[in-house]
Amino acid sequence: MLLRKRGGWAVRLLAPAILLALSACSPASILAPDGPIAAANRQILYNALAIMLAIVVPTILATLAFAWWFRAGNPRARYRPTFVYSGRVEMIVWSIPILVILFLGGVIWVGSHDLDPRRPVKAAAGQTAPPLEVQVVSLDWKWLFIYPGQGVATVNRLVLPVGVPVRFRLTSASVMNTFFVPRLGSMIYTMNGMETQVNLRADRAGRVYGQSAHYSGDGFSDMNFAVDAMPAADFATWVARTQGAGPVLDAPAYTALAQQSQDVRPYSYRAAQPGLFEAIVMQRLKPAPGPQEGRGGDPHVSPGTPEIR
Amino acid sequence: MSTAAPHPASFRAPHDPYALGGGRGGHGNDGGHHGEATGHGAGGPASKRIVVGYGFWIYLLSDIVLFSAFFAAYAVLAGETAGGPSGAEIFDRGRLAIETGCLLLSSYTCGLGSIAAARRHGRSTQLWLAATGVLGLVFLGIEVQEFAALAAEGAGPQRSAFLSAFFALVGLHGLHVGIGLLWLATMMAQIATRGFRPEVERRLLCFNLFWHALDIVWVGVFSIVYLLGNLG
Amino acid sequence: MMLGKLDWSAIPFDQPIPLVAAGAIGVGMLGVLAWITRAGHWPYLWREWITSVDHKRIGIMYTMLALLMLIRGFVDAIMMRTQQSMATGGAQGYLPPEHYDQIFSAHGTIMIFFGAMPFVIGLMNFVIPLQLGVRDVAFPTLNSVSFWLTAAGALLVNVSLVVGEFARTGWLPYAPLSETTYSPGVGVDYYLWAIQISGVGTLMSGVNLVTTILKMRAPGMSYLRMPMFCWTSLGSNMLIVAAFPILTATLAMLTLDRYMGFHFFTNDAGGNMMMFVNLIWAWGHPEVYILILPAFGIFSEVFSTFSGKPLFGYRSMVAATLFIVVVSFLVWLHHFFTMGAGADVNAAFGIATSVIAVGTGVKIYNWLFTMYGGRVRFPTPMLWSLAFMVTFVIGGMTGVLLAVPPADFMLHNSMFLVAHFHNVIVGGVVFGAFAGYTYWFPKAFGFQLDETWGRIAFWPSVIGFVLTFGALYVVGLDGMTRRLQHTEVDEWVPWLHVALGGVGFMMLGVAAQVVQLVVSIRHRDRLRDATGDPWDGRSLEWSTASPPPFFNFAVLPDVHGEEVYWGIKQKAIEAQRLGPEPRYEPIHMPRNSATGFVTAFFATLIGFALIWHIWWLAALGFVGAYATFAVFAWRKEEEYEVPASVVAEADRARRAARHAWLETQRDREVPA
Repeated sequence: MLLRKRGGWAVRLLAPAILLALSACSPASILAPDGPIAAANRQILYNALAIMLAIVVPTILATLAFAWWFRAGNPRARYRPTFVYSGRVEMIVWSIPILVILFLGGVIWVGSHDLDPRRPVKAAAGQTAPPLEVQVVSLDWKWLFIYPGQGVATVNRLVLPVGVPVRFRLTSASVMNTFFVPRLGSMIYTMNGMETQVNLRADRAGRVYGQSAHYSGDGFSDMNFAVDAMPAADFATWVARTQGAGPVLDAPAYTALAQQSQDVRPYSYRAAQPGLFEAIVMQRLKPAPGPQEGRGGDPHVSPGTPEIR
Repeated sequence: MSTAAPHPASFRAPHDPYALGGGRGGHGNDGGHHGEATGHGAGGPASKRIVVGYGFWIYLLSDIVLFSAFFAAYAVLAGETAGGPSGAEIFDRGRLAIETGCLLLSSYTCGLGSIAAARRHGRSTQLWLAATGVLGLVFLGIEVQEFAALAAEGAGPQRSAFLSAFFALVGLHGLHVGIGLLWLATMMAQIATRGFRPEVERRLLCFNLFWHALDIVWVGVFSIVYLLGNLG
Repeated sequence: MMLGKLDWSAIPFDQPIPLVAAGAIGVGMLGVLAWITRAGHWPYLWREWITSVDHKRIGIMYTMLALLMLIRGFVDAIMMRTQQSMATGGAQGYLPPEHYDQIFSAHGTIMIFFGAMPFVIGLMNFVIPLQLGVRDVAFPTLNSVSFWLTAAGALLVNVSLVVGEFARTGWLPYAPLSETTYSPGVGVDYYLWAIQISGVGTLMSGVNLVTTILKMRAPGMSYLRMPMFCWTSLGSNMLIVAAFPILTATLAMLTLDRYMGFHFFTNDAGGNMMMFVNLIWAWGHPEVYILILPAFGIFSEVFSTFSGKPLFGYRSMVAATLFIVVVSFLVWLHHFFTMGAGADVNAAFGIATSVIAVGTGVKIYNWLFTMYGGRVRFPTPMLWSLAFMVTFVIGGMTGVLLAVPPADFMLHNSMFLVAHFHNVIVGGVVFGAFAGYTYWFPKAFGFQLDETWGRIAFWPSVIGFVLTFGALYVVGLDGMTRRLQHTEVDEWVPWLHVALGGVGFMMLGVAAQVVQLVVSIRHRDRLRDATGDPWDGRSLEWSTASPPPFFNFAVLPDVHGEEVYWGIKQKAIEAQRLGPEPRYEPIHMPRNSATGFVTAFFATLIGFALIWHIWWLAALGFVGAYATFAVFAWRKEEEYEVPASVVAEADRARRAARHAWLETQRDREVPA
């Protein structure tokens, strides 16, 4: 991509800081990309940071230097109480931020278009498999992943083939959430009655961390999920195995799943009813309910749904 | 509601009292010429009448922003009928014409009232204010009737997002008219008991501004909600 | 039912933390009330404070409310940091989600609406009329109403601690989570009514101060002679007038949804939750500048005073302020780049957001050049200002990073974002408020704050600030999102501990601030400021006595040129004499009024009644509020006359003090 080439100098400039950060990188780190989108996002972050550090660091140093040199007790500093206006200084004072913002504006414009979440991702070199579609539904408080092409679905576990572009279509059963796999890149909101999209690709096999990045209520802290990226062959095996066992996801099963529950352990559905995702988006399936009971001021969260735990 | 002193003229100090030396002050980048003050503020604080009127204008601007938010919400939700009735199906032009006529006329009578007040004609002021109040009441009555009829038909604000936005926007205007009527009644009682004292006159000025502003907002409601709704 | 939804189950007997906290606060308040009663201070308090319409008194009360609420919000912060550093690796910590969620919601709500806002409004209230050379704000009684309504909102939020619950939706109650379907409790209702009531107060305060600045200035005080603080306050209050009605409207819509089944933001029947997000941020982003602009004004005053120079590039600063005011309305979408709007929209708002940094950048450089060629002194207000300069550029930089949509796709809602806005709000608004507090304290009370304790408070605060939010920046880059009650990623844990350590330092800072106040009050005779001008100030507030007489100026100053007070002070030192005594005339001052206090009493009743669906009480409250206004409208006398002799006596005392001070300045070099 265009951005990756341009930013090499920024990486070198920031190498020490990056090393420091990398030394303790978590499986959710945004500085250790496992895919092209995350890498490009990070690159833009570094570029923008480098552009701004170029003026921020001198400004901080000048602040400290001016304050120190012009301290009242310094006999060598010249007191110039009438130095209150200088056209030249004003010129510089306005043009430095404007120039920086002009430069940055270019980065923003190009970056926003290159990394528009709706823009498809290319397959990795040598990868011929067609793009995978995954339909994502955020529920209170777990994630449902439907694989329409494979006819299976999972809860709180996302399995992806390495190198294959993935097109996520997302919605929410109830309140707003944000689908975010930091190591793969861009996050996106999920909202009831609406569909959003994001295109990502995993380039490295292994398990990373996925989470909701928008607070959604009492069970929010457990709305994270494992993301397992595996070679395409392993992925096919996994699909085959999943199709062989587990419950079926149809409208009644979805309605049961949509009840509020916390800290749901991952499991899978051997079959998912076609069109379920569209039914949720179009609200043919009603928005999920909230807490089932309440007292004066303090409604309790409804219990989980034991039959699917 | 009062300023530091009654009239600007009294602020003209004979000499700068804080001139610790006899000389004139001034320092900085004005190039060293210490001429007379220029621009606004030359005469010190404005008179109380100006300050009150000005402050009320600022408040009215904020009120217009409040309405703008409800207008924006209406614009966003106007198409969201959720299977319920649309604007064209529920708006009654005849009722609307009477409503609008009442409100516009009330602005006129309100203006006549302020002219009478400026001439210190107690009785005709009261008369015009009363006329304004009656017209406002008729407007409000028709609106309440419209709301009740819609709710009875099952087209209440709970039916759809469009109806929510409609009831809220028109209702907010109605609420303003209602508060205006309460203010009007209070105002009339105050003129009756206190006469045309300066503070009563200032409040009357503010009431006039308020009432005319409601008229302007109604023109917006009329055009955007009812006229465009009938087209659609 | 008589009491609506209210019954004994509303009291959280099963939750010891809020119960004990509320108990402690209750006992503390009762203790204070008992002390006031025993010492017989009620008549004094009623006469001089509660019913006062003096802008200085109201400003001081605003500031006191803010300081109290900052401590309340800080306690919430301590609990959050503690919880997050405990609840890792399978542990759940000591705060269950339903409690933790209330704490972070209350923290944000209290800090913004009842900490930062009252602090800056209090300082503006106190300072603006003094700087403009007038005797009060445009509408003194309305000013009192504004303050007491703000206090009523703060009271309601704190009542929620023990009666019912507070919102569990975050400081901005995003729909549909805040709709009755997903938040059936009274928490969101507490939020709504507390913010609506205090919001009315804030709006009225904005109207009042805009009118004051535009229409009530001393003779000769043209716009371009106003001190910078007045300019930034004008910008801030214009934003209040233009933005707060949007908040009122948005929350009113949510209220209609919750109380009457409307469908503005619901999932069903065509409601649109994205509209909530748009509307709330159409207010929310200007709100950021409502807070920071007055702080920019304070820094301008402080840098200029302690550099012994006029503000560099005054006109440029005015232009930058107005630039920020306008652009602040054009950037709200950057709060939700991740909503899935198209690339063009995101890019346009991203660029608009960075453009706003131009205005701020200009201000930073002008402060820098204010110090250049100056004689810089470093008392506490200047320390806060320098700490602001150094940290704020970093906060601004991370802010612009977040304005780059592809970067925001990774950082949105993360701890990096949390670190960013604390970096700018604590480093900007709070440091600014502390600078203003230490700078104008001697003006308000006639004695200075203890410098040693000021420094002791400063250093741990800054160290803790850097540690806490530095750690949160890192953990945000490491992928941690905000508002987690517990976490499962081990790599985050060390940073959460560092952040907790930073909070420990900040606790030391807060404690030292409290000690500073107590020590200063005890040693007030030693710290007395006789001249009224302890910092060698430049604007009109320093020309009157400390504390200023209730009429501020015996005779309104006649303004010639910029920095009028500085100019005449230099000439006086040169000539070694004061000007001739002016002719004193009687002054008309507004009468005290209980209107504000009584209105707020009824507003609290209305709010509480509506939260708990006690309809008769709400109706009663409205009747009471109307009656209060009627009583106010029918009062006979609005003003009273201060005889010339009283004015003369006060001013002669001031002149004597100035004369004595002039003697000490005999050998002072007068700059050209």
